[in-house]
Amino acid sequence: MLAPWSEAELADLIRGAEAPLVVQGGGTRPVGRPVDGTRLSTENITGISLYEPGALTLVARAGTPLAEIEETLAAENQVLAFEPPDLRAVLGTEGTPTIGGVVATNASGPRRIAASGACRDALLGVRFVDGTGTVAKNGGRVMKNVTGYDLVKLFCGSWGTLGVLTEVSLKVAPKLSSATIAIRGAEGADALSAMTDAVTSPFDISGAAYVPGEAVYLRIEGLEASITYRAGRLQSQLAGFGSVEITDDREASAAIWQRLRDVRDFADDSYALWRVSMRPSAMFDALIAGATELAPLDYRLDWSAGLAWLRLTEAEARTIANARVPGDSTAATGAAILHQKLQDITAAAGGHATLFKAPEALRRSVPSFQPEAPGIAALSQGLRAKFDPRNLLNPGLML
Amino acid sequence: MEMPTPEPRVLSRKPSIVARLRSVLPSDAVIDDPTATRAYECDALTAYRCPPLAAVLPASTDEVAAVLRICHEEGVPVVPRGAGTSLAGGALPTADCVILGLMRMTEVLEVDLSDRLIRVQAGRTNLSVSGAVEADEFFYAPDPSSQLACAIGGNIAMNSGGAHCLKYGVTTNNLLGVKMVTMTGEILEIGGGHLDAAGLDLLGVICGSEGQLGLVTEATLRILRKPEGARPVLIGYDSNEVAGACVSDIIKAGILPVAIEFMDRPCIRACEAFAGAGYPDCEALLIIEVEGSEAEIDEQLGLILQIARRHNPVELREAGSEDEAKRIWLGRKSAFGAMGQINDYMCLDGTIPVSSLPTVLRRIGELSDEYGLDVANVFHAGDGNMHPLILFDANTPGQLETCEALGAEILKLCVEVGGCLTGEHGVGIEKRDLMEVQFSAEELETQMRVKDVFDPQWLLNPAKVFPLATSAARRAAGRDAAA
Repeated sequence: MLAPWSEAELADLIRGAEAPLVVQGGGTRPVGRPVDGTRLSTENITGISLYEPGALTLVARAGTPLAEIEETLAAENQVLAFEPPDLRAVLGTEGTPTIGGVVATNASGPRRIAASGACRDALLGVRFVDGTGTVAKNGGRVMKNVTGYDLVKLFCGSWGTLGVLTEVSLKVAPKLSSATIAIRGAEGADALSAMTDAVTSPFDISGAAYVPGEAVYLRIEGLEASITYRAGRLQSQLAGFGSVEITDDREASAAIWQRLRDVRDFADDSYALWRVSMRPSAMFDALIAGATELAPLDYRLDWSAGLAWLRLTEAEARTIANARVPGDSTAATGAAILHQKLQDITAAAGGHATLFKAPEALRRSVPSFQPEAPGIAALSQGLRAKFDPRNLLNPGLML
Repeated sequence: MEMPTPEPRVLSRKPSIVARLRSVLPSDAVIDDPTATRAYECDALTAYRCPPLAAVLPASTDEVAAVLRICHEEGVPVVPRGAGTSLAGGALPTADCVILGLMRMTEVLEVDLSDRLIRVQAGRTNLSVSGAVEADEFFYAPDPSSQLACAIGGNIAMNSGGAHCLKYGVTTNNLLGVKMVTMTGEILEIGGGHLDAAGLDLLGVICGSEGQLGLVTEATLRILRKPEGARPVLIGYDSNEVAGACVSDIIKAGILPVAIEFMDRPCIRACEAFAGAGYPDCEALLIIEVEGSEAEIDEQLGLILQIARRHNPVELREAGSEDEAKRIWLGRKSAFGAMGQINDYMCLDGTIPVSSLPTVLRRIGELSDEYGLDVANVFHAGDGNMHPLILFDANTPGQLETCEALGAEILKLCVEVGGCLTGEHGVGIEKRDLMEVQFSAEELETQMRVKDVFDPQWLLNPAKVFPLATSAARRAAGRDAAA
């Protein structure tokens, strides 16, 4: 594995490269089409280069462990508002998540639905080495910046296919007290209605998730008196949906959201896992209805039903294969059928389905990322050809 | 301000180009009469003017696509125009261009309160987007000062901000999807009602690309439920440093107001003379607004005032009523008008790290003395977005040039302390030639590559954003390809 110690060394290495490179941070998110090549990690390009709590700004080199950043922020009672998921348990990976990896995958937790948004919304600037070995920066470390094109957003979530990030600059946020409201008894469409009611109330919801058969969870954050007030208002507003209970213990509340953020429930026993992003109103009618026609899948909803995680067990995968392809009961066949169905649904209803975890053979045979419409695909391909003309950086990963 | 020489091949073909445009649009949607095209000769950067070859006012995405196909075939540059409120010259024409105006595309196409989104045509004004959902107690958050007039299409082109973006973010953070027409007339749907991109975040790079990548005709925007209430407080200090320290302490304390506005003495005095809002005569004034229920507002303001008092304010005024709240905002909201009454002014838009505020204000004062022009400062302090207003007299020969030179110095200072040239107005032509202060040649190259992909012939708003010399080869190649 190649693990250069500086941006300059990395640039030399890319300029001299002749074969594909598997670009990664800590390698904890092996998503997409597997790339055959030499592993290139930013894990040695580390360190927080600037932290100004009073300006809510932090700049760190790409290989800096996420944990180090979170500890540094915690000392000033601050956090990354987009609460990046740690997917090691659910994806069955080891290693150290890095801030560069978080940014390259736009890893964004439950707070996506609040004003603070996703990782891409907190990202103020990037430095990177592109596929020609050129070092460049874009954006900066200030909150408002419209100087030139916004390549910051373009690089966020580009999975190392446009360039290798070397430094990122982030807007951070104060750590707030939180409380969690659990509504029990609201299932299916009722769960959607409960979440919708909450996020369209004036009470500033910063998390809305659904665990089928368990509860709808809502998070409120802020100053203490404000939490008490909003929790009370929501409790009476939502009473019609089921039993409403409030967890105002800070740690207990945080634990619930960490479990949901990291999709912990599916850490065991998953053959394949999908992440689906859709309009909330289409989530049940189109996606869940369509997917569960094939098998009684378990799922979790986040982002007020704008995000779904669907889990397929090996037994369910075989059942699908058996029912659909006479004489073929392999799990891979069943998973491929479901995969196609999910991407068809999102193509028709808007949104996208990504195969987040599956045996490597399956990831080689289907497009993990939702295929794009021809006009969009041409632009994406055009951009990759400009930034990585020699096709060196995670080639094909997003295709 | 240098602009490219108009292409004689295009100028000489004006009659046939106009005839082709008339064949795809209603006749009143193609304007080529020289007196009528003068209405499009400039935007809000009025110092620079040039009537276009023609202006077109399509009413649908299909009409936009038809216009762009023709302009592509004819090799005619196209300058998109929302409402023409750009302060950076983003909609400034060249004599050989077609202005594509969005003002006939103002429809609301979809409102979905449950999914918290609205889909509108791009010519709709910013304020009327909120207007469409106001009765349901929802709003669209980005609020540029020109929100009564400016179009969503222009907001997307410039990634516009506003006073309340400290909490809610700028346009790019509230934009979910666009329908966009490329220069070749291809119609693309990018994003939609979902919250993240399927592949590369093209929406992220389209927003803020100043109309150089495509013509956005429709936008899907995030709308939010209105908070129960809002209340401002006014705090006066006898030095900019202390006011800056107060802002920093409030943010460090974990309170996130929706707005923190800052005015310095020259600005306070001008506003007071103009609007009579009853502002104290002091060095620095902060207006801080928080949102929520009455009790929540009391709780937040309690903490803010506690911090403010530690810095020994000369004035501390909490709005006790709706009327008092209006008076607190009155002076700030009339700041530009107040300046306009005294003088011609140029409004800058650099952003700086909040920690550099005192240094930058001191240095601006020194530069102001050096150049002999007054500078008043009003800005969004929470996010470091400065708006120094340089006062000058356009009728005194040489003053515009002196003003521009001083402006350039101030913007260089912003970059020097770790900030940027423009926080919310855009580069346009105004800051085009300063881009090399902030970016290396390689960095500009990485940005221009994006335009190469979306608009290989460089026909969309080609003379903006990048220094003319830097983009010259690409523009020339595009021209040759068209010929």
